[in-house]
Amino acid sequence: MTLRQFSAAAAVAATMAFGASPAHAVVEIQWWHAMTGGNNDIVNKLAEEFNASQSDYKVVPSYKGSYPDTMNAGIAAFRAGNAPHIMQVFEVGTATMMSATGAIKPVYQLMKDAGEPFDPKAYLPTITGYYSTSKGDMLSFPFNSSSMVMWINKDELKKAGVAQIPKTWPEVFDAAKKLKAAGHETCGFSNAWASWAHIEQFSAWHNLPIGTKANGLDGFDTELKFNSPVHVKHLQNLVDLQKDKTYDYGGRTSTNEARFGSGECAIFLTSSGYYATAKGTAKFDFTSAPMPYYPDVAGAPQNSIIGGASLWVMGGKKPEEYKGVAKFFTFLSDTGRQAKLHQESGYLPITKAAYEKSIKDGFYEKNPTLQTPLKELTNKEPTENSRGLRFGNMVQMRDLWSEEIEAALAGKKSAKEALDSAVSRGNAMLRAFEKTAK
Amino acid sequence: MEKATVFNNRLLPYLLLLPQLVITVVFFYWPASQAIWQSFLREDAFGLVSEFVGLENYEALFAQPEYYRSMLTTVIFSTLVAALSLSIALLFATQADKNLKAAGAYKTLMIWPYAVAPAVAGVLWFFMFQPSLGMLARPLRGMGLDWNPLLNSTHAMILVVMASVWKQISYNFLFFLAGLQSIPRSVIEAGAIDGAGPMRRFWTIIFPLLSPTTFFLLVVNVVYVFFDTFGIIDAVTGGGPAGSTTTMVYKVYADGRLGGDLGGSAAQSVVLMVIVIALTAIQFRYVERKVQY
Repeated sequence: MTLRQFSAAAAVAATMAFGASPAHAVVEIQWWHAMTGGNNDIVNKLAEEFNASQSDYKVVPSYKGSYPDTMNAGIAAFRAGNAPHIMQVFEVGTATMMSATGAIKPVYQLMKDAGEPFDPKAYLPTITGYYSTSKGDMLSFPFNSSSMVMWINKDELKKAGVAQIPKTWPEVFDAAKKLKAAGHETCGFSNAWASWAHIEQFSAWHNLPIGTKANGLDGFDTELKFNSPVHVKHLQNLVDLQKDKTYDYGGRTSTNEARFGSGECAIFLTSSGYYATAKGTAKFDFTSAPMPYYPDVAGAPQNSIIGGASLWVMGGKKPEEYKGVAKFFTFLSDTGRQAKLHQESGYLPITKAAYEKSIKDGFYEKNPTLQTPLKELTNKEPTENSRGLRFGNMVQMRDLWSEEIEAALAGKKSAKEALDSAVSRGNAMLRAFEKTAK
Repeated sequence: MEKATVFNNRLLPYLLLLPQLVITVVFFYWPASQAIWQSFLREDAFGLVSEFVGLENYEALFAQPEYYRSMLTTVIFSTLVAALSLSIALLFATQADKNLKAAGAYKTLMIWPYAVAPAVAGVLWFFMFQPSLGMLARPLRGMGLDWNPLLNSTHAMILVVMASVWKQISYNFLFFLAGLQSIPRSVIEAGAIDGAGPMRRFWTIIFPLLSPTTFFLLVVNVVYVFFDTFGIIDAVTGGGPAGSTTTMVYKVYADGRLGGDLGGSAAQSVVLMVIVIALTAIQFRYVERKVQY
């Protein structure tokens, strides 16, 4: 008997003993998340505010480790029959979650069942699109979203004689050469999240498919397509520049973001969520700019896609618990709260109203860096290639894609061979996933 | 004369053995049999769909060129780690066994790294050799060496080997030291009187008398590199660059935990289990003959 069961039993016993009418029971809602540091405080504060705002439900947040850790903990708990009500899952876990019919409760259905007012059109489509079915039914509730931007060390660019912040890839290459000549010998430009930058965002930004079936959003029988001539040309450019470190590979995750903060790399592509860290560590004038593009690709730049995490509601819970979850989501969608959350944390606002309010508040005039990802996301009406992506085994798939990028950069394979191999190995993984996701 | 204990009660010996048997069954045989069973199934991460697929997971496994490469990586990695951690520890132990002033402090310090968790050790080494910020990577780069474990597979391998060796030296050191201290001084002194120099004494007296310890450590170290090093690899290189530090156990972890492919991952752990059982059997069959107890 767990403590919770014990206290519940004790409450029942007490009620019976005193013969009173059943006491007003508070419904507990477990929320498992992966937020650390300042973001952890935000999670706790949100739960506290919600709990204080009403007396029927109590949201209990618990930190469960990194994103993969949290997801694995949730999956293990589900298999053991005691999953939390709300689980925060990173964007690449989306396909795994949505294929688990029965293990999850889609958000649009949750809101309908609970009778909560819910208008999917109130949310920013580039954000909710990532977490919705092809019909537009929202499956999970976006929580912390970001996109990829190009971080710029303005002081160093000025010193190297780069007058304008580069807009296109050729301009970035030129600027990097100038930076290298001006003393940045180990790094002209770099990026974190190798596959997110050069495959996922690159494809969406140039309106090229990552895979068929709208990048997998329309079905698990999708096939990868990112070995097109434009992709090959881009990787080849990076390979050529890697030789003398005009470009220097920055790894698969965010561990090398510090190379921007230390001043080593003056041009660095990474998540817009890097803002808080940059503000805390960079001792120079910095800003963010939209990701570069190739001007000879028709339609570029298109729009960027999001990263980050969303909240999934787990299946098999009681109706009154679902009602509480629905109320909590309504609470999170509140315009004032969203705008505040966005302005304090640097996460993207998930509703249109919150974005408009932030514009009206004049927030971006003081903080232009925080508007860059929003401008990228809303640059154009999303197409099949830029709504988002949904591939099974995406966590491992990213490692596989990065592996091939690394092989090309290390000169073990040509750019074309590397991308062909990433596509064929990825397709094998997709077929294995398709067999389990029925 | 041998002392034979006679049990009058027939059940008592079994009862006394029971705790050990229960532990072995619950913690070793039960999970191992689960892994074997799982390797014949295809399941989604949530365990909602489970289907018996026979040997399909094994077929898929042996059709992957990456799997053979991970085997080769494992051979290189384990040979390096076992050889280096054993020889360095033996060197340290022989030095610590001498009459030193601060022998106690020295020995204690030598044991510390063992208390560090593999993943933490990995992070530590990762930061020291991080190409642009690492306190040890900068001097390397300063000397004109293009140190880059992010793209250079040899550098990445050196890094994971160093971290894994560093972690294991303490353990080996402890056993070697105990082994050295149990060698009777009189034997060594007799050798010295007969005119054998320090090197000769070491190779003809100490090393053979130490062989039971060395053998035991060899078995333990092989098991260590095969099973316990994935935390270090995960923290230092994540199996990269381009899969060059993906050992078999790291692949089990990556496919099972990151990929959610429990069947394939279970098949790999069964293969790994067979290899380690075979290796241990070979060690006991052939290497042990050379051991003098």
